[in-house]
Amino acid sequence: MNEAPCTAVPPASVMRGPNDYKSDVKPVWCPGCGDFGVVNALAKAMAKMALEPQDVAVVSGIGCSSRIPAYMASYGFHGVHGRALPAGAGLKIARPDLTVIVTGGDGDGYSIGGNHFLHACRRNVDMTYIVMDNRVYGMTKGQASPTTEPDWDSKLSPDGTGLREFQPLVVALTSGANFIARGFTGDPNGLADLIERAVRHPGFSFIEVLSPCVTFRPEQKEWKKLVKPDALRPTADLPRAARRLLRDTGFDLGVLYAGDRPPYAPRGPRAARAPSDLEAGFAL
Amino acid sequence: MQHPDHPGAGQTTRSVSVVLAGSGGAGVMTAGNMLLEAAAHAGYYALMTRSSGPQIRGGEAAAMLRVACEPVECMEDQFHVLAAVDWENVQRFRAEIPLGVASLIVGDPDQGEPPDVFLSSGAARATLPLKKLAKSVPDGRPNMVLLGALAELLGLPDDAVTRAVEKTLGKRPAAVAPSLAAAAAGRTAAAGIGVRFALDAPPATRRPRWLLTGNEAAGYGAIKGGVRFVAAYPITPATELLEWMSPALAEVGGTLVQAEDELASINMAIGGSYGGVPSLTATSGPGLSLMVEALGLAVAAEIPLVVVDVMRVGPSTGIPTKSEQGDLNIAVYGLHGDAPHLVLAANSVADCLGTTQWAVQLAEALQVPAIVLSDQFLGQARAVIDRPADIAPGDDRVVAAAGTPGYKRYALAEGGVSPMAIPGTAGLAYTADGLEHAERGTPSSQAADHFAQLDKRLRKLTGRDYGEHWADVEGDRGADRAIVTFGSCTGPVREGLARAAADGMTARLISLRLLAPLPADRLVDALAGVSRVLVIEQNQSAQLYKYLRAECDLPGRLTSLHRPGALQYSPGEIHRHLIEWSRA
Repeated sequence: MNEAPCTAVPPASVMRGPNDYKSDVKPVWCPGCGDFGVVNALAKAMAKMALEPQDVAVVSGIGCSSRIPAYMASYGFHGVHGRALPAGAGLKIARPDLTVIVTGGDGDGYSIGGNHFLHACRRNVDMTYIVMDNRVYGMTKGQASPTTEPDWDSKLSPDGTGLREFQPLVVALTSGANFIARGFTGDPNGLADLIERAVRHPGFSFIEVLSPCVTFRPEQKEWKKLVKPDALRPTADLPRAARRLLRDTGFDLGVLYAGDRPPYAPRGPRAARAPSDLEAGFAL
Repeated sequence: MQHPDHPGAGQTTRSVSVVLAGSGGAGVMTAGNMLLEAAAHAGYYALMTRSSGPQIRGGEAAAMLRVACEPVECMEDQFHVLAAVDWENVQRFRAEIPLGVASLIVGDPDQGEPPDVFLSSGAARATLPLKKLAKSVPDGRPNMVLLGALAELLGLPDDAVTRAVEKTLGKRPAAVAPSLAAAAAGRTAAAGIGVRFALDAPPATRRPRWLLTGNEAAGYGAIKGGVRFVAAYPITPATELLEWMSPALAEVGGTLVQAEDELASINMAIGGSYGGVPSLTATSGPGLSLMVEALGLAVAAEIPLVVVDVMRVGPSTGIPTKSEQGDLNIAVYGLHGDAPHLVLAANSVADCLGTTQWAVQLAEALQVPAIVLSDQFLGQARAVIDRPADIAPGDDRVVAAAGTPGYKRYALAEGGVSPMAIPGTAGLAYTADGLEHAERGTPSSQAADHFAQLDKRLRKLTGRDYGEHWADVEGDRGADRAIVTFGSCTGPVREGLARAAADGMTARLISLRLLAPLPADRLVDALAGVSRVLVIEQNQSAQLYKYLRAECDLPGRLTSLHRPGALQYSPGEIHRHLIEWSRA
């Protein structure tokens, strides 16, 4: 294990390239894993936005793709399985000055963390959620995830689960996500552009990223032939976005929806009084 | 009045206990709260608990009050007065309303007979036509008649009742005059009963006093300790803690967010604390069960956090509205792996403040999660207390300065606490990780790193001097016997022991506030020279007794008094047991 101390970040005036946003930690991923493309796209987007690495926190749960925080030069949080969104939301609400990017996979986000996905869309905290969807649990060596085809054979579910695939974009749209897009790791420039737009868009931004698992789903190498770049064009019109989803092939790339719902903010009157002022409520 | 020579006649007492009961909509809770306020305004101390039927809204209800000349931390063995607006389903509360031959049952003759379960106690009876008296006053209500009647029986002055009514009905000023007129009618009618349970004069010198619940006290303690971010999921009986904190946090510049479940609330709190803001969540047993995995994350990633567990009867949904000390095991042992963390217990309504504040201080200083055990009794009891003494400020979180050369988040610091980099600090970016890690924070599956980090996380807790707050050590310090207890058992144990002392039986009393890590050396010191130790707790399986036996060598012959919850120990129950124990 590399035990060198953290490399000091250059001063703010220095222009940073994408590599300045990557750490020196070597990913655990298999060669050819789609998730490398997300690291590259994330670094590119951060460099383009000239974010200060110390003002960005990348938050994740558990799974192959959830290893990303350690591979970035920004602050990172690698928590428990399925709870990346609450951790990210708590961080952003407590520290609104930070740029919070939550990352993870389809198992982490749509299965064990599915409830948090619904409520993160509803809550609309100003942060970005990137899901690397490979339609398989990779870290546990090949089980069906919520987005896996119902007849996909695996040791745990021989002959398939028989379950209908989870529809991330449909759920995001109906639950209130303010920005919804689909990207592909085979197109890091297009993905970097989506990430930049998502981070800049107020409220909860969700990017479903098709990220092939070359080890357990080698057939996903063919995704590059199936994807349709720019098939989705942003609209703020909810019914229009919904109609587009009816025709969605699952490989349509681009921004589906960019809404104007105000991001989460604490409600009610606020003040900055001393705690001892609260004693008046108890005193006789 | 059936017994004009009632033992209560013509005497005064240091403590009086009354129950106001009735069916849904009768307003007994309102009247009970007003009586509590009136007692407070008259200069007394008081404690009020409440019970209600399973209906979400309405349904029978009972307000149980103890009014006294000194601060009180538990209910008495019996109630002096059971007064009911009507008797519909009031027998449901029979186990919670012990009466005796010295008690008085007051009811409206037009509402039928009191239930046999109460009459069989041999209590005296009196009747007051509450409804008719209420009708004699424009807009009068029977519960206000009852308020006036009870004020008369307890000897609470008019002005105290007036202040209580005015304060409670502040938003409905038109209701004040009819309420006071109804109370006056009740007072006059009650004077005709010929019996009073009048209290001795209140203390001549009044110290600053507060009226609050344990849940509110815990919430305020959290804010005093520095908590400025709370993530909340409602659960009985912790909800009021969170509801109190919501506006209170906004007043001091903090934030409370309602989460979708307890998995979210604790992970949100961990996220907020990772961001540098002292954070808390509160829950009860079922919620704590869901939070256990995330507690382990906070241990591994060394993120300060406070979880207040307002214990209720378990397992599973159990009895949400009743108290039990059954969560000690999950609080101490619930986490997988070797995961040292803090467990503290508040031992009175007032102590909910100081213990929660101390928990925040310790969690921040040691970068570790702390579980504060409260319970339904402490959390939901409303009490008049002396303003608690301020505890000394704690150490702040040790934070790394920007540009620290060669920064390593999980450096093997001497003492174990390594400076934490807060996001936004230049040059120190690291990843907080539940994976075992090397000093830098990078994931590691090396045994050497695991050993070193485990040792670091243990060392920071075991090496700490926790000072004098670890327990309340009371009673006869030279006694040959000692009682060890915790939490809401402390109130009845204190009172039961005081009664036993009047019988000539003395003992040391140790009420543990810091349960984990157990300050075994201090406990053994406090027990030095005793030949008998009695451990008292409120759960079926003697969780504290077994924990103490596992953690340290207690001297002398050990015995355990334990029984499950739903009903609190009474001082008399403890007293009887202590006398038996003294003869054993």
